[in-house]
Amino acid sequence: MGQTIAQKILANHSGNETVKIGQIVTVIPDYVLSHDNTAAISKKFARLSVDKVKNPQQSVIVLDHTVPPSTAQYANNHKQIREFVELNNIEHFYDIGRGICHQVFSEEGFALPGTLVLGADSHTTTYGAFGAASAGIGRSEVAAVWATGEMWLMVPQSIKIIISNTLPKGVSSKDLILTIIGDIGADGALYKSLEFYGDTIDNMTIASRMVLSNMAVEAGAKFGIIPPDNKTDEYLENRAKKRYISIFADDDAEYEKVLEYNAENIVPVVAAPHTVDNVVPVKDVAGKKVNQVLIGSCTNGRAEDFRMAAEILDGRKIAKGTRLLLFPASSKILMEILLDGTVEKLLSAGAILMNPGCGPCLGAHEGVLADDEVCISTTNRNFKGRMGNPKSFVYLASPYTAAASASAGKITDPREFL
Amino acid sequence: MIIEGKVHKYGDDINTDVIYPGKYTYQQLTEDEMASHALEDLDCEFARKVKQGDIIVAGKNFGCGSSREQAAACLKYAGISAIIADSFSRIFFRNAINFGLLAIANSEAAKSIENGSIVKIDRDNGIIEFDDKKFKFSPYPPLVQSILDDGGLIPHLQQA
Repeated sequence: MGQTIAQKILANHSGNETVKIGQIVTVIPDYVLSHDNTAAISKKFARLSVDKVKNPQQSVIVLDHTVPPSTAQYANNHKQIREFVELNNIEHFYDIGRGICHQVFSEEGFALPGTLVLGADSHTTTYGAFGAASAGIGRSEVAAVWATGEMWLMVPQSIKIIISNTLPKGVSSKDLILTIIGDIGADGALYKSLEFYGDTIDNMTIASRMVLSNMAVEAGAKFGIIPPDNKTDEYLENRAKKRYISIFADDDAEYEKVLEYNAENIVPVVAAPHTVDNVVPVKDVAGKKVNQVLIGSCTNGRAEDFRMAAEILDGRKIAKGTRLLLFPASSKILMEILLDGTVEKLLSAGAILMNPGCGPCLGAHEGVLADDEVCISTTNRNFKGRMGNPKSFVYLASPYTAAASASAGKITDPREFL
Repeated sequence: MIIEGKVHKYGDDINTDVIYPGKYTYQQLTEDEMASHALEDLDCEFARKVKQGDIIVAGKNFGCGSSREQAAACLKYAGISAIIADSFSRIFFRNAINFGLLAIANSEAAKSIENGSIVKIDRDNGIIEFDDKKFKFSPYPPLVQSILDDGGLIPHLQQA
């Protein structure tokens, strides 16, 4: 029996020729990622009788969750992290302002085909867009990897998703992945590896592919892998931190199931409060008043996302009584959309530009909603209380839908604007 | 090891944001403070009514969402001795074990057990007892049992 991408990557990181589904293997990850939680992890690490991080080159640390800090406590966390980084000679450290860990990790060339990445953040699945097997782990586990360099993982079953044809105008990869999550459910890929195939994926930009891999975890997936191709190699040219070997599945690899989608049938959708799999066409909730619109995050905070928004908002104003917040995923993205005029178009429409970082997505320090307020957002979670107030309501959508809703002041199908 | 406790029953897809809201995630709180926020956005009465040794029973995909380990930690600090669910989100399951909190996936038990009832768990032999019924689960491999016995991954590594 052939092997899936997940099986092959776990085999060659655990010193095995092949691995079986369900087998528990001890792996040496290429990289282990942490962010603002590094402060708490370093306290756990201090309880282990280990002097220093075993392999400082394995560790990548990006400050992004509460940046710039809004409280003395957050500021002290950052200070502790800088001291920890210095003490342990951690070279791959990115201080506040560089951007969201998943975008920075990718831009800096750590996300590579065939690699295994573990991170103390659930959206670590994002690097699947480059053909990596990457998954979130807990804080204790990161402390353990710092101490020992290794971790145990179970070899997951895989689900193959094949998507064909072209997405219609005004429909993005966010609508596609929300549709898939709505179909299979928030536990539809629990503990499993998703592999994405088809000409829709082949024709997608790297940025759009990252949306699929990023959101794979919202269906419970361990990995969300897209086989690497020429676009991946082009993106990584002059960027890859080390040499890599692309890994592909065998033709006779074993999949738990195969799902097929026709991209032509995908329409603009939202995930309505309070679960990511509560997915309905935009037309079903059109007209719902929105108070705040967010465009940004590790899911949809890349240059193409802001350009989609600008395509809608160029020459228009956001509705009175609506706030539009932009938070680019990295400093490089911010520079790119400044130079190409996208930011000017969005600010002219009435948007507020925030610094690169996780921003209001997780409700930790800014952009919090008032009671009974409604937000439409390009982020990845709409759980009750996610944005800091359990009495508010979050709808997840594409940048097109978010921008159209900002313009109208109510949830709006973007195809009316294009 | 035998665990016996009163059941707090919840539904499907209980996510980490309602178990431990993001606004506390990057604050370094004491164990008691963390316990006081446990399940805050799902059941604001939970922290007041939970007793040491109590058991949570829930539906599918318990602990979905963020990788925040405090979701497991706050329940343990609140006194929870075990969680029985139809299924667990992958990262939460790891976090629970790595925090020394017993997590058992068993659909039948999760469906049958009633809120407020008393449940007995024989961890080493893989048996859940409720009313006159017995539900079997696969006991954990020795490595996982020893992590649980030691109170989590960090204390386990301290002893290694």
